[in-house]
Amino acid sequence: MNKNTINKYIDQNTDAAPLAVFRIFFGGIMLFGMIRFQYYDWIKKLYIEPSFYFKYLGFEWVEPLGEYTYWLFFICGLSAFFVMLGWKYRLAMITFFLSFTYIELMDKTNYLNHYYFVSCMAFLMCFLPANACFSIDAFKKKVSPIIPKWNIDTIKLMLFIVWFYAGLAKLNSDWLLAAQPLKIWLPSKYDIPILGDLLQKESFHYLFSWGGALYDLTVPFLLWFSRTRAVAFFAVVVFHVLTWVLFPIGIFPWVMIGSALIFFEGTFFRKILGQTKPLDLYISQTAYFVNRKITMSIFAIFFFFQILIPFRHLLYKGELFWTEEGYRFSWRVMLMEKAGYANFKIVDPDTGKRFYVQNGTFLNPRQEKQMATQPDFILEFAHYLEKFYQRDGIRDPEIYVESYVALNGRSSQPYIDPTIDLTTIQRSWKPKTFILPFNDEIKGF
Amino acid sequence: MKKQIFLFFLLTAFACSCGDDEGPSEQVDNFDRQAMLTNWADNIIVPAFSAFAEKTTALKDAGNTFATSPSNANYEDLVTKWETAYLGFQEVSMFEIGKAEELRMTNNLNIYPTNVAELTNNVMNGGVNLELPSQIDRQGFPALDYLLFGIADNQTAILEFYQNDGNANQFLDYLNILTDRIDNLAQAVLSDWENGYRDSFINNSGNSATASVDKLTNDFIFYYEKHLRAGKIGIPAGVFSGDALSDKVEGFYKKNLSKALFNRSLDAVENFFNGAFYNNTSTEGESFKEYLEYLKVTKNEVSLATVINDEFQTARTTAQELSDNFADQVEIDNVKMLATYDQLQINVVNIKVDMLQAFNINIDYIDADGD
Repeated sequence: MNKNTINKYIDQNTDAAPLAVFRIFFGGIMLFGMIRFQYYDWIKKLYIEPSFYFKYLGFEWVEPLGEYTYWLFFICGLSAFFVMLGWKYRLAMITFFLSFTYIELMDKTNYLNHYYFVSCMAFLMCFLPANACFSIDAFKKKVSPIIPKWNIDTIKLMLFIVWFYAGLAKLNSDWLLAAQPLKIWLPSKYDIPILGDLLQKESFHYLFSWGGALYDLTVPFLLWFSRTRAVAFFAVVVFHVLTWVLFPIGIFPWVMIGSALIFFEGTFFRKILGQTKPLDLYISQTAYFVNRKITMSIFAIFFFFQILIPFRHLLYKGELFWTEEGYRFSWRVMLMEKAGYANFKIVDPDTGKRFYVQNGTFLNPRQEKQMATQPDFILEFAHYLEKFYQRDGIRDPEIYVESYVALNGRSSQPYIDPTIDLTTIQRSWKPKTFILPFNDEIKGF
Repeated sequence: MKKQIFLFFLLTAFACSCGDDEGPSEQVDNFDRQAMLTNWADNIIVPAFSAFAEKTTALKDAGNTFATSPSNANYEDLVTKWETAYLGFQEVSMFEIGKAEELRMTNNLNIYPTNVAELTNNVMNGGVNLELPSQIDRQGFPALDYLLFGIADNQTAILEFYQNDGNANQFLDYLNILTDRIDNLAQAVLSDWENGYRDSFINNSGNSATASVDKLTNDFIFYYEKHLRAGKIGIPAGVFSGDALSDKVEGFYKKNLSKALFNRSLDAVENFFNGAFYNNTSTEGESFKEYLEYLKVTKNEVSLATVINDEFQTARTTAQELSDNFADQVEIDNVKMLATYDQLQINVVNIKVDMLQAFNINIDYIDADGD
């Protein structure tokens, strides 16, 4: 690609309709998501009741706001509503991005790839003129519904990365050769009408595993080309509705189905609405929120990291599924059934006194479950216990953990080296040498 | 290009369907979780609650009789009824679901040690609402344990107290209130099971955090870990404090009942795991054991169900070494108590990690995208 082609590409314009439709769905589903969160009383359960929250490295300062956490969710939901309407769009989008990301940073326990996806999308959307049509902003102040083509391609690229990387991650021996963890998950859904009996069959576990990998790897391509788009979108709907039926993944299926609409042409939406193609090919200056060069540089850096981050596990030696070093933020979805148990031992070197901790005193069941299978959680909790028992009168407590983890149908095995005093280890991105070896191999990405 | 992708799609789909045929022979019959729920309800839970409720009624009657006439014979009868009911309670305590969960049965019946100072306050002030959450450590079996065995040094002195002390009537009233309340709780839970809850329990057979299998499995593990392993053994042995705490023993004032209570609880856990009928433990129905065997779950090449059952047996054998009075045990030779704890601990890993993974039990209703 020479400079000329790039310039030509950058100067291409297109109808803003797909981006606007994407905006409406995105805002609407997020609004629904926030209401749903409160409806199930999760704000209280996840962000008010616990006495301790697991933090992302570097974001220790992000704390739940006590009773004000409700307001945080309210602001987040309200901004999503404004995004949906395209009213004061830019302010709404930035507010949404900041409040949503803040919520996700409050407790690492609740990390989900789709929340990360929402944050990434919201970040990109802060820079894109998604209110150029079908919006209150555009209604109040007439602007051109024509925007640069690369604006829309940015969203497509993000979706492309999510699907394709999720597909790559499925190319591993557990998923393809052992049909794990679907072999564990699917049979327990025996009570679903019609499907229930089929889900007991091993051939179905393999069919779903292979089908899922194939879907993820091919669907971004098939959506990209106009000839396969209709079929691909049908596959998107079937696949994500199926995941909605089978797994407790909340609003994510609707997010993906809504997002896939971005691949359709503007004329498609205009036809549905009985409108004609906008003739005005002039781009009003409002289409750029920030200086074009700055936006493009930010996006270039953003995508550079998006492409690299999922491969950062290569910097670590151990088995990725076992150590989880470099597991998050890499679109590894539904790949593991992991169960664990961690029993912390506190030793007072001054008196020789030793005793165990009842984790339930400090953590809720969900935190306990997440903690027991992830080394960075175990270390962080050990440090919390260190401070707790220092306040309790032990000058310099030593903290050891006896822990067991079972992964994808294997027997449980010892997880963390029980002879290492976890208070002597700093939290960092360095390889975690206190994890015991996996004693098995999972081949693949 | 487009065609090539399509071809790729088709080829891979083809390869995929070929691969299936080579898989091991298929299991078509699926494990019937509803049959397991039915076995649990009809052959274990309801019979256990029904037996328990009979015992609490006998306890209530004996409490009434003793309160009216605190004679030696009535005292001894009440003690027997208390002991029987307390042992019976060990067989239902893990079923904290439905009405039992709503009424917080275990918390109201078995928080020990009882709070003697507050209990005495209740006695002297009268008119306390025992349903308040703050009242849990002043009622139930541990409170009766104190009233029957802890209020004076020996049986003669205790009877002397109830016959002649100036506050005897207040204490007898309170004792009466406690035995009534135990029976009321037991009857309420039983009658709920007998009047509709059994059906909704069995029909809630799906796979979600609120489905019966998931809920009761979580209850079972919670009971095993918290009440059996920690409460009866770990806490008095000082596992969570560093120092043995003999006053945290279950049945502290009765002194020689703690081991019997522990054994009954371990039996109940094991029987439930194996699906053994309450009234005839040699008959087993659908259970965790059968479910694990159906799923062919192994641990280091041995059936996980066998591993778990063997470990129950080892724990029981280790506990046989213990004194009938755990308070004595932790003071004289805590090593044996700790050894029992270690054996119980091994099954926490087997059950909570290996078994839970195999069943795909949800701990909570919250969105997830894999672990």
